Amino acid sequence: MIALLMILVPLIGGLVAFFLKEEKQAKTWSLLVSLISLAAITYSLVSNNEEGRTFTAEWLPQLGASFALKMDGASTLLCLLGALSYPVIFASTWKSTYSSPNIFYGLMLLAQAGILGVFLAADGLLFYFFWELALIPVYFLCSKWGGEKRIAVTFKFFIYTFIGSLLMLVGLLYMYFQTADASFAMESLYAVKLSGDQQTWLFWLFFIAFAIKMPVFPFHTWQPDAYEQSPTAVTMVLSALMVKMGLFAVVRWLLPLFPDAAVEFDNVVIGLSVIGMVYASIIAMQQDDLKRLIAYSSIAHIGLMSAALFVNNESGLQGAIIQFFSHGVNVLGMWIVVELIERKFGTRKMSELGGLAQKAPALTILLVIVALANVALPLTNAFIGEFLMFNGLFKFNAWYAAVGGLSIILSAIYTLRMIQKVFYGNENALTANNTDISFIEKAALAVIVVAIFVMGVYPSPVFNLTKDTASFILGIFK
Amino acid sequence: MNLILLSAIWGIVMMFSGLFLNSKSAAKTVALVGAVALLIGNIFDLSGKMIINSDFKGMLQYERFGLLFLTVLILALIIYILLSGKDVEAVGKHPFEYFALIFFVMSGAGLVALFNNLLILFIGIEIVSIPLYILTGADKRNLKGNEAALKYFLMGSFSTGILLMGIAFLYGAAGSFQVERLAMITSEDFTAFTTIGIVMVMVALAFKVSAAPFHFWTPDVYDGAPTVFTSFMATIVKAAIFIGFLNLFINAFAGKSDSWKLTVAIITALTLFIGNITAVYQQSVKRMLAYSSIAQAGFMLFAVFAVNDLSKQGLLLYAAAYCFATIGIFAVLVKMKDYTFEGFNGLAKKQPLVAFVLTVCFLSLAGIPLTAGFFAKYFVLAAAVKTGTYLWLVIFAVVMAAVSVYYYFRVIQAMYFKEGETQELELATPFKALLVLVAAVIIVLGVYPSLLLDMLIFF
Repeated sequence: MIALLMILVPLIGGLVAFFLKEEKQAKTWSLLVSLISLAAITYSLVSNNEEGRTFTAEWLPQLGASFALKMDGASTLLCLLGALSYPVIFASTWKSTYSSPNIFYGLMLLAQAGILGVFLAADGLLFYFFWELALIPVYFLCSKWGGEKRIAVTFKFFIYTFIGSLLMLVGLLYMYFQTADASFAMESLYAVKLSGDQQTWLFWLFFIAFAIKMPVFPFHTWQPDAYEQSPTAVTMVLSALMVKMGLFAVVRWLLPLFPDAAVEFDNVVIGLSVIGMVYASIIAMQQDDLKRLIAYSSIAHIGLMSAALFVNNESGLQGAIIQFFSHGVNVLGMWIVVELIERKFGTRKMSELGGLAQKAPALTILLVIVALANVALPLTNAFIGEFLMFNGLFKFNAWYAAVGGLSIILSAIYTLRMIQKVFYGNENALTANNTDISFIEKAALAVIVVAIFVMGVYPSPVFNLTKDTASFILGIFK
Repeated sequence: MNLILLSAIWGIVMMFSGLFLNSKSAAKTVALVGAVALLIGNIFDLSGKMIINSDFKGMLQYERFGLLFLTVLILALIIYILLSGKDVEAVGKHPFEYFALIFFVMSGAGLVALFNNLLILFIGIEIVSIPLYILTGADKRNLKGNEAALKYFLMGSFSTGILLMGIAFLYGAAGSFQVERLAMITSEDFTAFTTIGIVMVMVALAFKVSAAPFHFWTPDVYDGAPTVFTSFMATIVKAAIFIGFLNLFINAFAGKSDSWKLTVAIITALTLFIGNITAVYQQSVKRMLAYSSIAQAGFMLFAVFAVNDLSKQGLLLYAAAYCFATIGIFAVLVKMKDYTFEGFNGLAKKQPLVAFVLTVCFLSLAGIPLTAGFFAKYFVLAAAVKTGTYLWLVIFAVVMAAVSVYYYFRVIQAMYFKEGETQELELATPFKALLVLVAAVIIVLGVYPSLLLDMLIFF
């Protein structure tokens, strides 16, 4: 039941939100709906109730497609991330105003339903459905409420991902005709035996779709522009949740479906990912715009995760899955800070800011914690994931770990430089009359900080949760 | 048989009622009554109760697929009359005649869908085509319309000649016009005659469905014709020819696919390429829709290409999805004065409901999930994947589908994200309600395509 609720609650909540014309109503309703989702999944995790983790209903029996949902470790973790991030997003952007708020909040919730659907779907066609559906609300959100160049940028993003997903559809269709019982069910697709050639080209059809979404170098060009131009609430959804769709799809679909091809092309994928890590880190150092800086830093982090997924050892895989969650939390924290800064000062340029620490101590402390987590300092959540991933990468091939390790150093450079430029230094005319952040914003950031520390100090619940996914994948390769 | 008879009779009734009814606005009502009568007749057809229960010595065959396909076309016709009937009346002085011609086309469509003999196919296609030449030039004072009509007539007659020639070759090879005799041609009697015959028939039919490289008449004719008739030609007529195309290839040539598969593949690829790429460069939504109809024909050609059980389901769903969406879009387009993309700027503010329906229609044409268009594309592509060959063609097609997103979304962008002085649109409430119904049908078919497809098996 919980699996179904994770989709149903935001879906119905989103449809209702369309009819709440008052801004206050729409906001409160959306926050409420997102809290209900959070409460539901928390309850299910605490009560450790395994029953509702799968759900199957008849959908299109002639096609062999059913409405099948399945929560394994990784997808539970990502559902938790999805449920946790939405209240935080709504709270931290509480003071932002949007034209036609009912539609904005409605689309936000629909996007959540689509994304969580991707994390849950255990049927090939259903997965494809949600994969596309998550995109449509986000397309409208970015194009309607985004920055100056929003239309062209969002369009590029849309077409890019659409091409990818159509290629995946062709691959999926081909797989479907290979199944013994003409079914899209995950188990039937897993059971298909493919020859080496078939695996090769099907692997690439799927991989390109996922690589565009993550994004992996060289498919990343849509991402910095899209992050920059979207309203920050949407950017949070994009970078905390949507990119995880691609990574998660690798775990649930790509690796189990085409294990031989994954081993055959591991060097290509890891090579691209490592290039992307270093390349994005170098570009991040050149950025003046906070949003672009975080966008590139995000590409670097994603690169590490996608590399770790292909190293074919427990350490890398486990680290990557844990990092799904940590990266989501951390990047969310970064975006919240950007949102607060932009709303207060009307600029995101580091060169125009400075000296915020004196007037806004709370914001500064919270940001520094988030930023240090972004650099993966010990005791923060990202440390565990990154350590495991580098360990896995090192076991695979020390050279990759060495080159990829550069990105850690680079990330420390640009993150600390950002803190220095924005929060320290002299005040200027723009930042002189600054005040600290309000309670609700503090609360949103506090949730993030608590998550960072709890997971950094006591990660074993997350390990236990995701163990089954990791051991399942490794079992396939043995 | 009911449908063929009724529509021919109703066409004549329409012409005479023009003499006796003075009010112009009665035309729509009479036509609507006729269309509903066609639907009822067709339902009786489906359950086997016919006025004249004969297959005319095997020249017609009442296959469930063909009859169901005709049901979809009649439903599309009813929606068309309801949405655009007023605009048909506005085209010129003779609304009754226009509707009469439309009914004659339906009669031809019935023959094309149910033929079992090449001569019936030929006659059906002619009955469909000739009224269209007239409708294209219906606005007599419009020079562009006149030019389009003449062009269409000349090119159309030429393709008819090729069709007839091809049929003659096939007759020579099989010694009969009957489809089942054609299917019996074995590989030993398979001569150059047969191949030439098949290719000539294919070329002629490709011309009629505006497949590249025989599409050159399409943009001019669709653009020059009065917009209401463009809507009719691009949807119902095109779908009607396609069913003839598919039935012929499934029933007669499926066993000899080696001889024509590559040619159809090339035609499909060209059609997709030319239709999509040219549509990108259009400034007028009407012309864009003309090219998009070429592109959509490319996808429907996949059904012909694959000739298997999924083809039928695919074409049925494709026809429904494509016709409903396109008729909806054209119905709004006709009411607008400015046909350029800028004409749609800011429509979402003034007419949120209409903008929403148009968005659903365009999303369906682009093949986004949750709309009928997705499953339409899904089935035709699945049919092609199932053959296991020519996968490059499928991959090429999906890339082209992504291109199509570009021009369909331009309209959505104009409506929602661009500010502009929209032209005032006077839209009545029933019109809007019907548009919402069209959108609802598209979405319902997008979630449960089985609602339509199950009818192929049960009723």
